[in-house]
Amino acid sequence: MSATGSRTTRVLGVAVLIGAALLVYLAFVATDPDVRIDATSGEEIGQFDAVRLIYVHVPAAIIAYLAFFVTAVGSAVVLKNRSVWWDLVAGASAEIGSLAAALALITGSIWGRPIWNTWWEWGDVRLLTTLVLFMLSLGYLAVRRLEGTAEMRAKRSAVVGLLLIVNVIIVNRSVEWWENQTLHQQSTIADATIEDLTLFTLFFSMFLGLAAYVWMLIHRFRLAWLERQDERFGLDEAIERRRAEAEGVST
Amino acid sequence: MTHVGYLIAGWGVVFVGCGGYAWSVLRRARRVAARVPDERARWMTSRDAERIGES
Repeated sequence: MSATGSRTTRVLGVAVLIGAALLVYLAFVATDPDVRIDATSGEEIGQFDAVRLIYVHVPAAIIAYLAFFVTAVGSAVVLKNRSVWWDLVAGASAEIGSLAAALALITGSIWGRPIWNTWWEWGDVRLLTTLVLFMLSLGYLAVRRLEGTAEMRAKRSAVVGLLLIVNVIIVNRSVEWWENQTLHQQSTIADATIEDLTLFTLFFSMFLGLAAYVWMLIHRFRLAWLERQDERFGLDEAIERRRAEAEGVST
Repeated sequence: MTHVGYLIAGWGVVFVGCGGYAWSVLRRARRVAARVPDERARWMTSRDAERIGES
């Protein structure tokens, strides 16, 4: 059994693995590629099989939003009542959020090459704001490692943690606020223009991403807790040793 | 199937990224847990959490 595992995490972990296998089936076998016929030219248009990348790109972006939201909530609680539990949850969630944001950027870039004919577009506000969000999350993780007392570190990182949620809102709304400065489309889920099975697979991928996030968060939180205990136990041991040495000298 | 290379790269980076991260967390946890006595390795909940700066 792993050091941070429990029955809940094992069940959840197995469910995520089965879900991942099911997602691969749904994404590559059950759903159709995006192919439409252009009304004027009669040619085939659409994203073709590249559309299957949305089943990993969209959940990665959604999980990044969620993870940074949890970090911001944790940061607010830390600033209010100095809770160690929320400080560790905020840090664990930010690390997973950074991973998710990086995956969203990479998969988006891979999807953009065949569809937009470019790996990256500096003028696109959503790409740029997502990159800023990713960099800010790295900054948050760096601030957590700065020298100082536990209280100072927690306060400093909590302030940066709150900035993350502001940036999440900007990223999410960017395609509407600056609709002429983005290659991204606005939300298509509400338009009901996506086929049923494609829509189901998209929602399933987001649900699976959520389950994977919860699994990782539990393990990462428990690791952070163990590291904290290890640090404190090591300190206690050193103090005991010094005390024993001092007593040995005085007698 | 079209765009096979892009699909392999996109899905691959997600599976490798998530799998690699999960593996590294479990490995680090096993290493740290070996140094922490059992009685100190109980997870706290938000209710019994202590305040930052308290020992």
